[in-house]
Amino acid sequence: MRYSGFKVFTEGLFGNKGWRPAWRDPAPKAEYDAIIIGGGGHGLSTAYYLAKNHGLTNIAVLEKGYLGGGNIGRNTTIVRANYFLPGNSEFYSHSLKLWEGLEADLNYNVMHSQRGLINLFHSDGQRDAFARRGNAMVNQGDDAELLDRDGVRALLPYLDFEQTRFPIYGGLLHRRGGTARHDAVAWGYARGADQRGVDLIQNCEVTGIDVENGRVTGVQTTRGAIRAKKVGIVVAGRSSQVAAMAGLRLPIESHILQAFVTEGLKPVIDHVISFGMGHFYISQSDKGGLVFGGDLDFYASYAARGNLPMVEHVMEAGMTLMPMIGRAKVLRSWGGIMDMSPDGSPVIDRTPVDGLYIDCGWNYGGFKAVPASGWCMAHLMATGQPHEVARRFTLNRFATGHLLDEEGTGSQHNLH
Amino acid sequence: MRLTCPLCGERDRREFYYYGADDYLRRPAEGAPAAAWDDYLHNRDNPAGETRDLWYHEAGCGQWLAVMRNTVTHAVLAVDLVAPVAQKRGRK
Ligand SMILES: Cc1cc2nc3c(=O)[nH]c(=O)nc-3n(C[C@H](O)[C@H](O)[C@H](O)COP(=O)(O)OP(=O)(O)OC[C@H]3O[C@@H](n4cnc5c(N)ncnc54)[C@H](O)[C@@H]3O)c2cc1C
Ligand SMILES: [Zn+2]
Repeated sequence: MRYSGFKVFTEGLFGNKGWRPAWRDPAPKAEYDAIIIGGGGHGLSTAYYLAKNHGLTNIAVLEKGYLGGGNIGRNTTIVRANYFLPGNSEFYSHSLKLWEGLEADLNYNVMHSQRGLINLFHSDGQRDAFARRGNAMVNQGDDAELLDRDGVRALLPYLDFEQTRFPIYGGLLHRRGGTARHDAVAWGYARGADQRGVDLIQNCEVTGIDVENGRVTGVQTTRGAIRAKKVGIVVAGRSSQVAAMAGLRLPIESHILQAFVTEGLKPVIDHVISFGMGHFYISQSDKGGLVFGGDLDFYASYAARGNLPMVEHVMEAGMTLMPMIGRAKVLRSWGGIMDMSPDGSPVIDRTPVDGLYIDCGWNYGGFKAVPASGWCMAHLMATGQPHEVARRFTLNRFATGHLLDEEGTGSQHNLH
Repeated sequence: MRLTCPLCGERDRREFYYYGADDYLRRPAEGAPAAAWDDYLHNRDNPAGETRDLWYHEAGCGQWLAVMRNTVTHAVLAVDLVAPVAQKRGRK
């Protein structure tokens, strides 16, 4: 079924009785050409591009819960291409271009909104660093504008510019940055993959990975054994557990990241604003809620809920930056399990087991990567070769020293 | 989450700095192969369940602590001093 304005109109006339489920609910087959473990954003986009770009349609996505129940439905939806390092730059640039054509490609409204992202700076040194980052973005072919204080004031008059600890010197504006509706992205890719014949199998937890003579032969699941010569592990915060089923020990530590949303308000914040010095960022959803968050809770956790010190810290940072939000009521807070890598950058690579591939290490920034990650993981699984824009996301780069340390803080688990 | 420091008693999580899994206590020998250093610095069991990790009582006694805790429930099971000398002193 194609979605369109006309379809919405005609369905409205006839009692909305013509809508059908957006994807099938198939039972697992005994064997597939390829299996993707994990039905989050990255797993679903991988399946979609395997089918669309490489014609592989006898494939399955195995999801232990329901589609979109993981981080893909828990993030704060920021989409941007403001990376600095070669290796990251071209990848996120590719991803943003895919975002820009995504709704037409998927025939699905993911509410991608390029409302502009502003990263604030608070000192001369930080201004230099942002100018340099902006130049890297422009060299990559993306957009960046350095705003001075008055430039920021014209766009964000409600900020507290005079705060004594972090007075606002200016900001880096990335006009093509913005937000999207997170679960719609999962649903859009799911529907697109299903339409091309991919089996999306929910309530199917992978409990073992079968390896014979160094080659993957299939997986064990709560719905029986399934054979496949190619298996992709795409399970975000659970990467260490699933990789351990094949005897692998990953450079990943799982941490919680919290987020918050207020009651719905009239439009008041038009952009995505990032206040890095205070570990705070905010945007307003199309429903009107202020969506905001901060930093990790900073210790390994699988609890999917955070602790109060970070709640307090985020609220304080928000009040410091924009005291006007003090009267908004917080509706909910939640946490997601982040697959943190030592250098803060991801992995899309083969593993030492033949036919077994892994896509992980997305840290707190894997939402914007959903299109390009699926694109590149599909390329890797179909051709056996890394995609050009993801060739530096290797699993062994920590051993060889080819780090992608975007923040420049070092290659250590507790620093990102 | 609160941690009970063997020297200072039960304290707010904010007094502690998190370092990471206790792999850091098993430093490879000087001539160990590169793979051993890679394991030591980067690769982790990252368990969903019981784990032992290192915390520094930054705003307290300044001791390194080995904390047994559950990463799924956030229950803290045991807190020990890392330094053996200090450990003896703290336990007498
Ligand atoms: C609070 C918060 C805010 C964030 N904000 C942003 C942001 O603004 N911008 C941004 O770019 N990124 C953001 N992120 C990061 C982003 O959400 C993640 O990096 C990304 O969603 C992870 O990839 P995924 O969608 O595939 O993960 P998930 O949706 O978690 O998918 C993994 C799936 O694997 C399944 N699975 C696990 N184990 C098994 C098994 N054994 N068998 C079968 N299935 C299994 C899980 O059930 C899950 O559905 C944020 C994350 C959080 C938590
Ligand atoms: Zn102490």
